[in-house]
Amino acid sequence: MARKYREVGKAGWGYTALTTVVGFIYFFPVFWIILTAFKTRTDALAVPPKLFFTPTLDNFYSVFFRTSITTGNSQATDMGLYFFNSIFIAFTAVGFAVIVGTLAAYAFSRYPLRGNDTYLFIILTTRMMPPIVVIIPIFLMFRISGLAGSYWGIMLLYTAFNIPFSVWLVKSFFDELNPEIEDAARMDGSTERRVFFGFCIPQILAGLAATFVFGLILTWNEFLFALLLTGVDTRTVPVAMARTLGGEVGVDYGLLAAIVTLFLIPIFFVTFLLQNQLLRGVTFGTVKK
Amino acid sequence: MTDHTGTRRGFGAWLMDPKRRGALLVTPAIVILFVMNIFPLLWSFGLSFFNYKATSQRVPTFKGLSNYEKVLTDERTWERFQTTALIVSSSVILQLIVGFLLALLFAKAFPMRRIVLMLVLTPMMLSFVSVGVFFKLFYEPTFGIVSYVLNFFTTEHFVMLATPAGAIAGIVIADAWMWSPFVMLLVLAGLVSVPKYLYEAAEVDRASKWRTFWTITFPYIKSLLLLAVLFRTIETFKLFDIVYIITEGGPGSATETIAVFLYRNAFQFFKTSHSSALAYIVLFIVIVLTNLYLYSVNRRAEEVD
Repeated sequence: MARKYREVGKAGWGYTALTTVVGFIYFFPVFWIILTAFKTRTDALAVPPKLFFTPTLDNFYSVFFRTSITTGNSQATDMGLYFFNSIFIAFTAVGFAVIVGTLAAYAFSRYPLRGNDTYLFIILTTRMMPPIVVIIPIFLMFRISGLAGSYWGIMLLYTAFNIPFSVWLVKSFFDELNPEIEDAARMDGSTERRVFFGFCIPQILAGLAATFVFGLILTWNEFLFALLLTGVDTRTVPVAMARTLGGEVGVDYGLLAAIVTLFLIPIFFVTFLLQNQLLRGVTFGTVKK
Repeated sequence: MTDHTGTRRGFGAWLMDPKRRGALLVTPAIVILFVMNIFPLLWSFGLSFFNYKATSQRVPTFKGLSNYEKVLTDERTWERFQTTALIVSSSVILQLIVGFLLALLFAKAFPMRRIVLMLVLTPMMLSFVSVGVFFKLFYEPTFGIVSYVLNFFTTEHFVMLATPAGAIAGIVIADAWMWSPFVMLLVLAGLVSVPKYLYEAAEVDRASKWRTFWTITFPYIKSLLLLAVLFRTIETFKLFDIVYIITEGGPGSATETIAVFLYRNAFQFFKTSHSSALAYIVLFIVIVLTNLYLYSVNRRAEEVD
């Protein structure tokens, strides 16, 4: 399934050096932020910008703890809670969306209904439309039902947000399987349930994992819904970051950079592991190769 | 109806009928999407015909199409559409150029390719908020690195985000930086799908590099480039987070995209009905674009098979 990448032509280490230089120029903004995360406040705001400095871990410490000026006691900030919220909400909502999406994707792939394409189109449209369009009524709906600011509300919304993506992506994996194997299993007397769990699911496990991880990234990067529908206790990291930016006392860029850097670590792993599935993931399974 | 268990067994059997298995499996997804997407959309469609304000207690009255009329005759709407169109087109063109060049660079096999590619692919996976924060820091007039570099070239103190053109450029650069890798991935997929024997044939014919590109390579990446343009247009059309973080639509309203304009109207001025009408116009555009996109996806699928 992980299609072996066929490159055009071969090159040696000299070419690696060239691409590394170009790649590094492209990567520079990220690199600069990581550097900023290790700078003291004076270094971060230095003119001209400093490339060499004595690194400090203070920013990372102050993401989670704040030292009181008067008493000298350190006290936990709310950032720990926001990181927990981001992870908890994303895992639950995406997990649920992938399960529901897989069932639907299997149906769309194996039991073509009349009007299948219409359903798939509507499903994709709900993902393509600007979130701002749907959020006006959702905001009112959440206000009336009391879901605003609760975990349930934002999780339900994120589940819906991830379903179109899951359906399309998982369907693209099901479509690649050979249905003759399933038919052969049916001939041998396997029940439909066994065909699904015993033959189809094991073959696309890697695809399901990819779908789950893509969903996680999309969800914990999401900003607009979180901005309008989370409360003080359910706030996610992107919203907390945006709020830090709007602070009145002057923006603490070192702190912000530290938060962004912490957020980067999982992204690096995922980008590396899913490189072969990346194209399919970002186009919702519409472009496979 | 009277025999409860009987009905249930009957209903259960009806439900589990293999004929309905497809529909049954799709149901949970459709139900959630209906509750969280379709129903709210219908609701706001209704609202767009009233004069409802989310902050006011007054009973809304029916206004017919007057909200649509107001939105469509409002000069500000057209200005915001123009701003959005300008940002979308410049960003997508920039993404195409940069993405294409990167793809040409990374099309070859070389040692450690996977790791070097990481450097280029990471921006696409970042959150809009992170990217917004990065670039806001770079554009910072006193200690931002972009301003620092620019000051080598101009003697006057240059504040990137203070002029409309500078602010738009700032947003376009941030967005294009983030999404050029996307175009690169699509072009790479096209480049590797070109059969090798065509290149060999071209070599035998001693065709020039330029000619080889236009007659052999380009036809294979053409459909993918179209997909890239449509997909990125749809996505950039929604641009909100980056603008909200970097400029908040300023200076003045120079970078206020349609999404930011909608957000302002709906959640700062609480013109709920008015913005619902505008939202529907936006939705219509996105549906047309999505249709075009899927049409191109299907056409390409036919080509590939």
